[in-house]
Amino acid sequence: MLTEEEKKEIMTEIAQSERPQAACLEALKIAQKYRGWVSDEGIRELAPLLGMTPDELDAVATFYPFIFRRPVGRHVIYLCDTVSCWIMGYETMLDHLTKRLRITMGETTADGRFTLLPVSCIGACDHAPAMMVDQELHGDLTLEKIDSILDHYK
Amino acid sequence: MERPLTQHIKNNGQPLTIDEYQRTGGYQALQKVFRDMNPGQVQEEVKAANLRGRGGAGFPTGAKWSFVPMGETAPRSKYIISNSDEMEPGAFKDRLLMEGNPHQLIEGLIISAYAVQADRAYIFLRWEYLQSARRLAAAIEEAYGKKYLGKKILGTEYSLEMRLHTSAGRYICGEETALLNALEGKRGIPRSKPPFPQLSGLWGRPAVVNNAETLCNIPHIIAKGAQWYRGISRSADGGTKIYGVSGRVNRPGAWELPMGSTIREILEGHAGGMKNGYRLRGIIPGGASTDFLLPDNMDMKMDYDSCQTAGSRLGTGTMIILDDRTCPVGIVLNLMRFFARESCGWCTPCREGLPWLAEMLHAIETGKGSEEDLEILSAQCRLLGPGHTFCALAPGAVEPLQSALKYFRDDFVRHIKERKCPWR
Repeated sequence: MLTEEEKKEIMTEIAQSERPQAACLEALKIAQKYRGWVSDEGIRELAPLLGMTPDELDAVATFYPFIFRRPVGRHVIYLCDTVSCWIMGYETMLDHLTKRLRITMGETTADGRFTLLPVSCIGACDHAPAMMVDQELHGDLTLEKIDSILDHYK
Repeated sequence: MERPLTQHIKNNGQPLTIDEYQRTGGYQALQKVFRDMNPGQVQEEVKAANLRGRGGAGFPTGAKWSFVPMGETAPRSKYIISNSDEMEPGAFKDRLLMEGNPHQLIEGLIISAYAVQADRAYIFLRWEYLQSARRLAAAIEEAYGKKYLGKKILGTEYSLEMRLHTSAGRYICGEETALLNALEGKRGIPRSKPPFPQLSGLWGRPAVVNNAETLCNIPHIIAKGAQWYRGISRSADGGTKIYGVSGRVNRPGAWELPMGSTIREILEGHAGGMKNGYRLRGIIPGGASTDFLLPDNMDMKMDYDSCQTAGSRLGTGTMIILDDRTCPVGIVLNLMRFFARESCGWCTPCREGLPWLAEMLHAIETGKGSEEDLEILSAQCRLLGPGHTFCALAPGAVEPLQSALKYFRDDFVRHIKERKCPWR
């Protein structure tokens, strides 16, 4: 169930948009901000506010990699796997992350702390290899640097 | 050497505030436009400057604007959009401009909006550029505060509303018609053209989509004139270019240089040459969807026509360097997996073809390929090329592959003969 607070934020977005549907991505982001992901129930609740059918909204939600239709951990690690990062050592970084976290790409750690996801080029090619953790960018990665970065996310 | 786009960007990583931007001459071009120029004159100046689109396709900006219906009978609303969805692998130039000097983009967008008499402007930004998002949002507020945006700008009859739209991933959203669908709140899949966006773009109304770097050039063209702008270039295409280099070089980065600077100047002069122990084998000059060039091309000018003559494209002007300790088959496999994942799935050749190409490349890379595969790959490059797919994603995807098959054929054959990757 969307809270009153969420609904208010979503209605503000809709009011600022030229048409309700144009606010659908922001609405999905708001729902995700409060619970980490967007459930089927969330889609069904949001759709009528946006003048969309649940299927139409789900078609948009599933299109975008940064809208989660399944639960994720408290923190999401996005490791860039695209060309410049790949040249500069992506595979070594991935190997280290999967061993340290004991998960493979796409999985969440048993304690719910981290989800590891691939991400297409994040435009940090001059600091490859690079990754994002939640909303923060980390570049010029080394194995030691990855360890000290992850320690900051509880 | 003039660097109009980047000379005022600070070294401390902080953006220019509106006051700082104004002290460097910022918003002077906008004042000049509202004081002295009609929309047609702005369009003419930009045409005369030979500004070509910096997003990859290189379409002349003034010509792009000229298709927008003008005058009393033109449909309303009209839209202008900054394509700030920089997602071409290897490209990080728009980020530099948006983080360092957000007002330059906003001023460029306002002047361009005036030139086509748009009443609404959007900045379509990729999700990952959170720093750009914060700075652009703050800068838009500041611009409203100074009456550069909103109703009756600077006391004229012209009004413009500007909004920042932050996306949520997907390479295809950088394709202008997919971007328009995404802005409307639909799946970001491309549309067929015609009708072109300038006639039927956003909600069926005229819309112009320009790349962020392109728009950042506009205030300078207006402030100093088309003749000056052509003069700072070393080629027929006007202006400067933000060139970038990534890969095994000493100083990866991006630099504003005269349009038409050579690969050697960029790679050796600015990126500091190859890292010790690495030899240059190939250059992808303009982001992932451009054909490889070879070390023989070092003295080639990085402009639209020279790149085309050499069999590639300037694209985004941000080079990816292939060194001798990186497997050419591996790099192409990595690129193909990117394109296969980012295919929007709308048209069959792209949705089915790209994963299949990635599978074949994976087989070769892991020693399970056959010589026949090379012929099939070549044939597929033609079948996924221009004219066979709905948009330019698949034709772009096969550009590095088709040139790798030509230039690094021996390396493909070695994988097949030795039944393994010689680099592993």
